[in-house]
Amino acid sequence: LRKVTLSLVSVVTEAAARKTPLYDEHVRLGAKMVPFAGWLMPVQYTSIVEEHQAVRNNVGVFDISHMGQFIVAAPPSSQKIGGEGAAATWLNRMLTNNVDKLDVSMGQYTFLLNDRGGIIDDLIVYRIDEQKYLLVVNAARADEDFAWLQNHLEESLSLTSRSADFGAAAIQGPQTMALFHALFGKDIELPARNHIADLSFNGTNVSVARTGYTGEDGIEVFFPANDAVKFWSALLERGKPLGIKPCGLGARDTLRLEMCYPLNGSDLSPERNPIEAGLGFFVDLGKPDFVGRDALLKTKEFGPLERLVPFRMKEKGPPPRPHYAVFRNGERIGEVTSGTVSPSLNWGIGMAYVSSAHAKIGAEIDIEIRGQKFSATVEKKPLYKKPAP
Amino acid sequence: MIIPNDLLYTESHEWIKREGENIRVGITDHAQSELTDVVYVELPKLERQVNAKEPIAVVESVKAASDIYAPVKGTVVEANKALEADPGLINREPYGQGWIFVLKIENADDLKNLKDASAYKTQIG
Repeated sequence: LRKVTLSLVSVVTEAAARKTPLYDEHVRLGAKMVPFAGWLMPVQYTSIVEEHQAVRNNVGVFDISHMGQFIVAAPPSSQKIGGEGAAATWLNRMLTNNVDKLDVSMGQYTFLLNDRGGIIDDLIVYRIDEQKYLLVVNAARADEDFAWLQNHLEESLSLTSRSADFGAAAIQGPQTMALFHALFGKDIELPARNHIADLSFNGTNVSVARTGYTGEDGIEVFFPANDAVKFWSALLERGKPLGIKPCGLGARDTLRLEMCYPLNGSDLSPERNPIEAGLGFFVDLGKPDFVGRDALLKTKEFGPLERLVPFRMKEKGPPPRPHYAVFRNGERIGEVTSGTVSPSLNWGIGMAYVSSAHAKIGAEIDIEIRGQKFSATVEKKPLYKKPAP
Repeated sequence: MIIPNDLLYTESHEWIKREGENIRVGITDHAQSELTDVVYVELPKLERQVNAKEPIAVVESVKAASDIYAPVKGTVVEANKALEADPGLINREPYGQGWIFVLKIENADDLKNLKDASAYKTQIG
């Protein structure tokens, strides 16, 4: 059993990985801890399938303290008369989506690109004040993102990393609203979708954003690192009657893949751009200038060579995995970037980059698994839809 | 973690039960608990001849695919077809209905290289 041996190796490297403020809580709950993006994170507590189902049916909570938080701010005096602020102008040059669409307290999904249009990171930017923005970035890219932004920063603006100051938890599932009220009070209003609000929890200021990575209703809560254990314990306690489960990275991955949400490092990389990834919706090519725009215009004009497509295996068999080759009529046309057995469907699903000619819904493809080809069909997003209640 | 005294073990977490000229092989309770949620098992073909430490089967969990190795040299004489319909047997009964294959062994002396329960227990800590 190769993987089991590997997991023992990971114990040796443990010392090098960082721990979130909730590390001891995970160990206490019996989680299997694995190195992820330079952090020691819970991959599962009891079972990936059980944790996945808790989020689909009730409510689950994930430690997302490893994610990075940056603040971009401009002094009020830098606000141009009749125009958008300096912070917005600069962010619009750094990011693909249009921050001018954001009212205070709103957030949007967006990309940080390199000059070739390749994806450095995918992130959410929230406008938390007239001239102040919060960027929530992937743990694996946080240092790189910060260095890139710092290098491009304008003098009048400040860029601060608050990653070490905050812990964070993602509460996800149909019982999110009930748990929110149990935590913050029944008269407190849940922020609207993609909105963020500052709320008080037992005298501590926390930020609550209505967002997530699972396809269920959910919130992400940011709290001071010192209060992390207090908040985590309270939400497990108050979530108990709602069937809450602490959930690890394993369930986070299966949940997001059922929804076809991309994972940076697997489905996204500096060699891939948002158009190839099928995420052009989060790119405003109408903006006059942003890093990577020229490259994206070219991709748009000539069409991408490959596209990221969701697929579903035709028969019950071995699950698809990252890096498996994709074929069509014996010709190699691409590679799997994400794959698993969907716990909701109990069926093999995945995403792959395939040559654009075959990136059509309904196209028949073959996935090569240990030398044998297994049929699959290109599907439309998402791969899992909740049955109507 | 259950580690039956009457079985032999490999460093790679297979258990071995002597049955005359044959050995029955599965993965240990520790291994199944590390993998959790076994969703697919690729069984070895009957009559396949294998050397010790050769990959012979694959157990896939939600998260990863793991190779299962032949503990000693031999020939596959049985594979547990029940795992095709119900791979979760490996999680529920790792030492019972969750067995994976039976090898007809070439040389009983090869079994001397395997670990006993106490040595395996020391290994997994």
